[in-house]
Amino acid sequence: MTTLEKLTILTDAAKYDVACTSSGVDRGGEAGSLGSAVKAGICHSFASDGRCISLLKVLMTNSCIYDCKYCVNRRSHDTPRAAFTPRELADLTIGFYRRNYIEGLFLSSGVLKNPDYTCELLIQTLKLLREEYRFRGYIHVKAIPGADEKLLSRLGMLADRMSVNIELPSETSLKLLAPDKSKTSILKPMALISGKIQENRHDLIQYRHAPKFAPAGQSTQMIIGATPDTDWKILRLTEGLYKKYQLKRVFYSAYMPVSENALLPPMGTKPPLLREHRLYQADWLLRFYGFTADELLDEEHQSFHPLVDPKCGWALNHMEQFPVEINQAPLELLLRVPGIGVRSARRIRKARQSGSLDFAGLKKIGVVLKRAQYFITCSGKMREGLKFTPESVLRALISEEKQKLAEDVPEQLSFFSGTPSHTGHPAGGFSGKLIQ
Amino acid sequence: MNTRTNLSYCYDGSFDGFLCCVFESYTKREVPTLIYPYDEPQCSLYPEKQIETDPVHAERVFASLVNKISEEACELVQLGFLTCLPQKELLLYRFIRMGYRHGAGVVNWLADKTVHSLRKAVQFATHEAHLLCGFVRFSEQNGTLASVITPKNWVLPLLRDHFCSRYNTETFLIYDKTHRMALVHQPGKTEIFPLEQFSLEKADNTEAQFRRLWKRFYDTIGIEGRYNPKCRMTHMPNRYWENMTEFQEPALPSGKPGTKAFAEAPDTLLP
Repeated sequence: MTTLEKLTILTDAAKYDVACTSSGVDRGGEAGSLGSAVKAGICHSFASDGRCISLLKVLMTNSCIYDCKYCVNRRSHDTPRAAFTPRELADLTIGFYRRNYIEGLFLSSGVLKNPDYTCELLIQTLKLLREEYRFRGYIHVKAIPGADEKLLSRLGMLADRMSVNIELPSETSLKLLAPDKSKTSILKPMALISGKIQENRHDLIQYRHAPKFAPAGQSTQMIIGATPDTDWKILRLTEGLYKKYQLKRVFYSAYMPVSENALLPPMGTKPPLLREHRLYQADWLLRFYGFTADELLDEEHQSFHPLVDPKCGWALNHMEQFPVEINQAPLELLLRVPGIGVRSARRIRKARQSGSLDFAGLKKIGVVLKRAQYFITCSGKMREGLKFTPESVLRALISEEKQKLAEDVPEQLSFFSGTPSHTGHPAGGFSGKLIQ
Repeated sequence: MNTRTNLSYCYDGSFDGFLCCVFESYTKREVPTLIYPYDEPQCSLYPEKQIETDPVHAERVFASLVNKISEEACELVQLGFLTCLPQKELLLYRFIRMGYRHGAGVVNWLADKTVHSLRKAVQFATHEAHLLCGFVRFSEQNGTLASVITPKNWVLPLLRDHFCSRYNTETFLIYDKTHRMALVHQPGKTEIFPLEQFSLEKADNTEAQFRRLWKRFYDTIGIEGRYNPKCRMTHMPNRYWENMTEFQEPALPSGKPGTKAFAEAPDTLLP
């Protein structure tokens, strides 16, 4: 089989994995080595589905001993199978990397023979890259559940990010659809990785040059819409994962029917992209805006409002906390205002040091007044001529959201889609004269 | 003493040249209504004054940006000079004047007209540079990696450190076709210089093979059920596509894996 054929089969089999960020670690180049890593991550292209392509995302092999019902690579599925040799894959990665096609490698695999054997194949590939080719680019590797702890530890020393897919949001769903996997078999390697990262942090304090274990942290992903789990349940699970295992990211993947099974949505069902989008928005609120899962949803309200985003939804239910005074409110409160993001909240804090801000100034700073105007005052005054009732606000926010969704349909939001500030230019640290 | 305002400055287009315009304005007590480079003559009603570039004067102004305003302001001015904003010189000049008068605080006057326009232009330039860190595509020809880009802003100084650090062992060239400038790196040596003309050579076998593999990867990775060209366009505007390998024709045969047509694709991708 030619490399081109293998690449096609093993890319096709890997494409449903949503995570493709190359973020979380800053590592400059080194004389004599190829490659570097940039903390914010770099997108090298965007696929026809609008998702960022940053890493060469492939499987080592799509042969698998398991038979998870939601998976394209399940044992019982009739599909062409292929496997890269470690050398072949390392050469391909370097060839792509030198041409600046990619930021690095995202390597996952079906389970061939047994978890340990598969894990060793991954280790061989990463060793070739790191040791023989002296590759300093980004590597994201999937931990193979069930593999020996020692092997997983070695894998983590070679990679920047490690992840274990939690797959489905509850134990019951797992039992039903992935009979070979259990909650413990997934959480065990996750705990191992997070333990290793902690341990390594301690070593690094003692020895500056101690080798790093997955310096960009660990992430996971789960499938949305294949099972009846609610948004509330998913969000609480997410929150728990961030707290308990210090995950860097939780990714959501709208279920795309890949097989006919009575337990699953029928073939041809549209993936729940809007729901996925709402979950990503809520995930952002957890990580950067100081919200908790139980603030956003509760026992009685287990799903997000489809027509307004989670932050607007929360604000509308808590009108007693508004309006917020722009020229005085602390950052935490500014962050709770719909239409004010992390970047504009920081800018407000900076700009108000040199004089009070008015509505025109807020617009320049990047605040979305169409949303924010109902929730703020500038020097004690609401926006001139603005009259509203709770119902009219909801109507206005819904119609605004509709336009937004029509323009920019659900997508993995990128926190760094722009450079965060002018100091974040890709030349890295600023020193001396830029233009010679 | 009165300041004279009814005149325009013409300089050599270099950053030092621009700094000399600032120097001239302060030593002669003049406030120009227009500042422009020789090669972009403007229609001005006011008398034009040629400003000579003197490195000593430029150095003094440069140092004053840090000393009298702040390091951040100095960086902002340099980045502002790389932008494609029409009449960026006048905007930068106004910003510098504000800075001299009010000090380090001006960089945070985010709601001010001048500071806002400058920051917006700088954000566009640094964002374009950030995008190009990903969108640059190298082709290997005779052991050298070569690439052509067509940016709106003058981004080569912003790309230099990133690419030189990442590909420090390689010899590479990035040609900015818009500004006719080249960034050339050899291990241990980097230079940015004007270059009138450059184009890529025809791909050899290895190069063609990698382009083919990359295009195949690109065409395979998208999920059909989530097809979303609008979203792709938002993140990767069309104007970058012309220099990206994955969008070069001819498209590859889309036969089933295992068939002959699938394995053998033509070697005639760009250029």
